[in-house]
Parts: sequence; C-alpha cells; structure tokens
Amino acid sequence: MIKEIVLIIISVVFVNNFVLSKFLGLCPFLGVSQKTSSALGMGVAVTFVMTIASAITWIVYNYILLPGDANIVAWIFPSIRELGLIEVLKTISYILVIATLVQLVEMLLRKMVPALYESLGIYLPLITTNCAVLGVALLNTTDSPRQLGFLQATVQGCGAGIGFTVAMLLMSGIRERLALVSIPEPLRGVPIAFICTGLMALAFFGFSGMVQ
Amino acid sequence: MAEESYRKEFTKGIFKYNPMFVLVLGICPSLAVTTSVKNGLAMGGAATFVLICSNFIISIVRSSIPKEIRIPCFIVIIAAFVTMVELLMKAYLPPELNASLGIFIPLIVVNCIIMYRAESFAYKNKPLASVLDGAGLGLGWTMSLCIVSSIREILGAGTLFGLKVSESYQPASVMIMAPGAFIVLGLLLGFMNWRKLRKSKQSMKAFMKHD
Repeated sequence: MIKEIVLIIISVVFVNNFVLSKFLGLCPFLGVSQKTSSALGMGVAVTFVMTIASAITWIVYNYILLPGDANIVAWIFPSIRELGLIEVLKTISYILVIATLVQLVEMLLRKMVPALYESLGIYLPLITTNCAVLGVALLNTTDSPRQLGFLQATVQGCGAGIGFTVAMLLMSGIRERLALVSIPEPLRGVPIAFICTGLMALAFFGFSGMVQ
Repeated sequence: MAEESYRKEFTKGIFKYNPMFVLVLGICPSLAVTTSVKNGLAMGGAATFVLICSNFIISIVRSSIPKEIRIPCFIVIIAAFVTMVELLMKAYLPPELNASLGIFIPLIVVNCIIMYRAESFAYKNKPLASVLDGAGLGLGWTMSLCIVSSIREILGAGTLFGLKVSESYQPASVMIMAPGAFIVLGLLLGFMNWRKLRKSKQSMKAFMKHD
C-alpha cells in the first residue's frame, strides 16, 4: 500500500510531470513564474485545490455519475441505475465542483489566514480555469490504465500539485537569472521562456522509465 | 458600412488577434495535440464549434446574466457545448483520433480563448458580430495549430497527413514529444517578434526620411 502511494507520487512529480510532459497548467506556469515568492504561493494554492478536487470528483464520479447500485441518484430515479450520468454530466459537474471549491477556499483563506490571502491576490480565482485541476480530475476517473481507489486518487491529485509547484519554482529561478543576461531581442519574454521550458522538459526525460 | 465592420470582426481573429501567435492564449491544448496535422485540425474544429456556439448563446442571453455571477454562467454554457462536441466526436470520428486527443476535448471548457471572447466580446456585442468574432478567432487558432503541427509532424515523424515526406529523412522523434513542442512554439513566437520588430524599424526609418 505504502509502496504504491510512493510510486504514484514519484511518477506524477517527476516522470509524468503535469507541466513538462502533459502540457497541463501552462498559463499560470508562464504567467506567474516571474518571481519565486509568487510562484511558491501559486503552487501551494493549486496543490491544495487539486488535492481536495481529486477527492470530491472521485466521490462524484463513483456515487453520482457511474451507473450501478452505488449510484445515489438512482435511489430517487431508478432509470439512472442502468445508464448513469457519466456521458452527459461529467464535464459540467467537474467544473462546477472546482469552481465552488475555489470560491470556498477563497472565503476560508480570507477568514482564517488573511496574510496568505493577501499575497495570493488575483491568482486565487484564476485557479478555476487552470487546466491542471480539471485535468487531474479527468485523469483520475478515466479507467485507463486502471481504476484508482479513493486514497490513490487523492494522492495523485496532491502529487500532481507538488509536481506543478516544483516546475514553477525551477522556472522562476531560471527566469530571475534570464532577466540579467542579454538575449537576442526577438526572443525576449515569452519565446525564451518556452525554449527554457523545452530544455527543462528534455532534462525531465531523464526520469522516464523509473516508474511504469 | 455595416458589411465592412462585420468583415473586420471576422478577419481580426486571423491576423491582428491571432490567439496563438499574438495573444499567446490556450497554450496547453495547442502544444499537447499538435503531434500530427490530423489531431491539430480536429482540435481546432472542435474548439471553433464551441467558440461560435458559446459566443452566440452568451450574446443572446447577455442582458439577463447578472454581472456578479457571469463567469459561472459562461462556464456552464461552454461546458454544455463541450459535452455536445465530445459526444459528436465519439459518434462520428475514428476511435484512434479520439484516443489521441484524450482529455483535451473536455479540457476545452477551461480554454482561455473561449473564456476571453465570452468575457470581452460576446458579453458586450450583438449575436451576429459575436458569431463572426468566434468564427474568425477559431479559424485563426485552427490555422496556427496546423502550422505548428505540420512543422512538428514533418520534423518528428517525417510525414505530413500521414504521408512520407522524403525517403532519406531520419525523423527526430524528440519533436513530437514534449520538449520539441515547447522549442518549436518558442522559436515560432520569436520569428513573429522578429517580423514585428523589423516592420516597426522600417516604418520608423520611413518616418525619419519623410521628416
């Protein structure tokens, strides 16, 4: 059990890093990686939302969307038991769960940790449209290669968030240095950031094959 | 006059506001699905459909959406159309194409381009203009997807639309993997910047001479 969880974390942080090998969450990755402090704040907030979103969407998937006896909606509408709601409501229900969750996190932080709330500022509401959050929810609940349990799904969400934070921190370190060197004029700004990301992705290739 | 401005709404999305090369929006899907031209076209078509439909519906109901909760409303409208596209693609396109686009079809929901047009255009303009705006931006995005994916497919697999380009070329498969995507897009954006800089320098020179 512990071995499996460690494997999931290593796999999702290094081997299948969400930013560098799955192209998820690139907008905040490029937008917020100018300074190390804001990169860290964004990473922590995203990790938090991803962990809880994975847990909740797993419950929604297994007890509301999937057809079968466990379906809660089927207790009221028996016809749901055979068909399920998976085909038509998956995307909508996930995005609503995430949007609600982000709103909730925003309210909680404002009440309980005002300092962190202040430092995250505009980035908090933007987490809703971070495709890494919806991406992890969708990846957790597609049945290839195998169905994940509740704990594994939550760990995968948390690990994906950690991987996102690691990539953000590395990138912000590189970009702080890039500000000081002379780069050919057309490549300044976003283009050089993309090329650096490409080289980082190449370096992360070294981890491939560590975990199946 | 009206016809002129409608044409402008359509063409601005292709060049002036090109989503990929000028606005640099919606990067995640544009890197993930551009491993072959076929994937790029399918993704562009799906996103264009969602963009046109969501722009149309949002601009019809815009007066009855309260300002405070407009973002959740947009997301629900967009998600409904994304679900439609997903089901249509599952029904009519070959399964291997669906498999290679994978989770990026449902992820159109959080594509920044669609949200951006909903917020900054469709929420403020009439239905016909919004549809044209959506079609223009969608076409611009599809075209840029085709450019990136044809470069990556030729370099990384040695093929175009699945046909072999040259017998002697040994494909560099890193180009169809993650690092190649970032590097190709970075260099393309650099090229666009270079053209823009050259143009502005030329116009500056012309201005000086005229002066």
